[in-house]
Amino acid sequence: MPSKLIQKYMREEHLPHIWCPGCSHGSFMRAVAVAVDRLGLDHDKVVFVSGIGCSSRSAGYMDFNTIHTTHGRAFAFATGIKMANPELEVILFTGDGDASAIGGNHLIHACRRNIGITTLVMNNNIYGMTGGQYSPTTPTGEFGTTAPYGNIDRDFDIAELAKAAGATFTARANTYDLNQATNLIQKAIEHKGFSLVDCLSICPSYYGRKNKKGDAVKMIQWQKEHTVSVQKAQNMTAEELQDKIVCGVLCDYDYPEYTEKYQQIIDRVRKD
Amino acid sequence: MTKVLMQGNEACVKGAIAAGMRFFAGYPITPSTEIAEGSAVELPKVGGKFIQMEDELASMAAVIGASAAGVKSMTATSGPGFSLKQENIGYASEAEIPCVIVDVQRTGPSTGMATSPSQGDVMQARWGTHGDHPIIALSPSSVEETYRLVIRAFNLSEKYMTPVIFLMDEIIGHMREGVEISNDIEVIDRKMPSEDQKENYRPYDCADGELVPALAPMGKGFYYNITGLLHGGDGFPTNDNEVTGRQVLRLMKKIEDNRADICQSESQDMDDAEIAIVCYGGTARSADEAIFQLKEKGIKVGMFRPITIWPFPEEDFLKATKNVKKILVVEHNYGQILLEVQRLAKNLPVEFLGCINGKTISPDEIIAKVEEL
Repeated sequence: MPSKLIQKYMREEHLPHIWCPGCSHGSFMRAVAVAVDRLGLDHDKVVFVSGIGCSSRSAGYMDFNTIHTTHGRAFAFATGIKMANPELEVILFTGDGDASAIGGNHLIHACRRNIGITTLVMNNNIYGMTGGQYSPTTPTGEFGTTAPYGNIDRDFDIAELAKAAGATFTARANTYDLNQATNLIQKAIEHKGFSLVDCLSICPSYYGRKNKKGDAVKMIQWQKEHTVSVQKAQNMTAEELQDKIVCGVLCDYDYPEYTEKYQQIIDRVRKD
Repeated sequence: MTKVLMQGNEACVKGAIAAGMRFFAGYPITPSTEIAEGSAVELPKVGGKFIQMEDELASMAAVIGASAAGVKSMTATSGPGFSLKQENIGYASEAEIPCVIVDVQRTGPSTGMATSPSQGDVMQARWGTHGDHPIIALSPSSVEETYRLVIRAFNLSEKYMTPVIFLMDEIIGHMREGVEISNDIEVIDRKMPSEDQKENYRPYDCADGELVPALAPMGKGFYYNITGLLHGGDGFPTNDNEVTGRQVLRLMKKIEDNRADICQSESQDMDDAEIAIVCYGGTARSADEAIFQLKEKGIKVGMFRPITIWPFPEEDFLKATKNVKKILVVEHNYGQILLEVQRLAKNLPVEFLGCINGKTISPDEIIAKVEEL
């Protein structure tokens, strides 16, 4: 018997999902459903947009208006949707490759415009759908099928990238603390303007196996040991923070939202 | 009715707004930039929106997103940008999202000659995006026709839930002519599903005998999935070959079976013509002058001008050229529509006059070529 959450918000007929055992994309998908439920959003006005890759299959499982777009372009599709109807709550599922490699340009410009889109990056440090190639967030020195001798690229911090590009809300969540993840996603949806949550997902099938990280439990355990909250990090030295990943709200400030600014242009032009 | 002097690109904006365009996403590129500039000025006046996206890929994607949310949308570009838009033109075709893509053709290949005319994107308009897909492409040959035909481009895209390529060229885009702005225009809006379809809505399952789906705009309470993956009636991806085969076949047939409605052409002086000049877009203007002068010399020559380029108006062409002895294809490329004409003309001799160096084909060149025949 599916849970009430699934019955209310997901397309039961298309479950179970396609993700591998141990993958935590489904946990973040659930966290989004919980956040939407807690916020009591108008079901008709929520749109899920996604790109291409494992992460982007999420949109199709949600029983809302959903659009599974092209690789990297979800930000641009979402921009068109939000411009056409600013009343819509636009939530975007993407992955590390989708958002920061092929979609990198679209990501930074969506941030720069501060358009009202909530972005959830299911960041598992690898291209999973195609079988384990290194992505822009695969740590330097680690392995993928296309980095058989170790990755020589420097890795991106997607939350930092978004913040630098102008996103007015950024946060990082992890698979170990799903309560925190749900709260952060909720805050991101509530935020007016462009918000992004870097969701540290785990991929035992490819990233884990290629890099001898152990099974899903071990990988989640690793996250528990290597993540610290923003509050705790404030009292830690640079040395102590060296092998830690900071989770929580990383940036949060007000700046006029793009479609509201455009509406002001329309109002001004039509008054003249 | 008033007659206004305007540029082809400007007429494109005016016509699009008359057709109901309320969203434009674009990226600057010569020789189409005036369409973006005009849209930026005019759209807010009618409550519409303009956005300059970060690149051509994004502007095509934004147009599809806005249309999926129920707003008639357009983008405009030229060759290099048209190449980049192909990815999402395929998406619009597969997901059946109506939109209009203007390509003001310039000389190629690659960056080519940015300010020089061409008709080199005719085959790209047909087959530019990967995989088997249907397409509609229209090509105007005057500023006046640009205004009327872009309205038709929107109407066809809404009626058949498909992207429509509006294939202009630098000659028409930058030409200035008088345009009669009429309020007496037909505007077609996409079909909406009925309220009682909300429960178990299956957007891509067409009613018996119907080929075009009724897709609800986002935000209206119809929950369904849109995807570029081959999908079933509910819009969810599937690997069931029977379902995917049926879906793509319907996509092809919705255009194929409606050729009579979609195809338009013009025949000029063809009744007693022994030589038919086949041309379209800006090239037709030189041919028009050439035909006038050739007839003065007593040469029996006429013009067949496809207005719908894809699907090619085969029936019109065969009817118009039934009694001619020779055909001359004049186009601003190395021979693209030429291939269609050769395929259809069968035993008739088909000659060709093209141009690939960025120059305009002059009436004199056409006259000389006809006199050679």
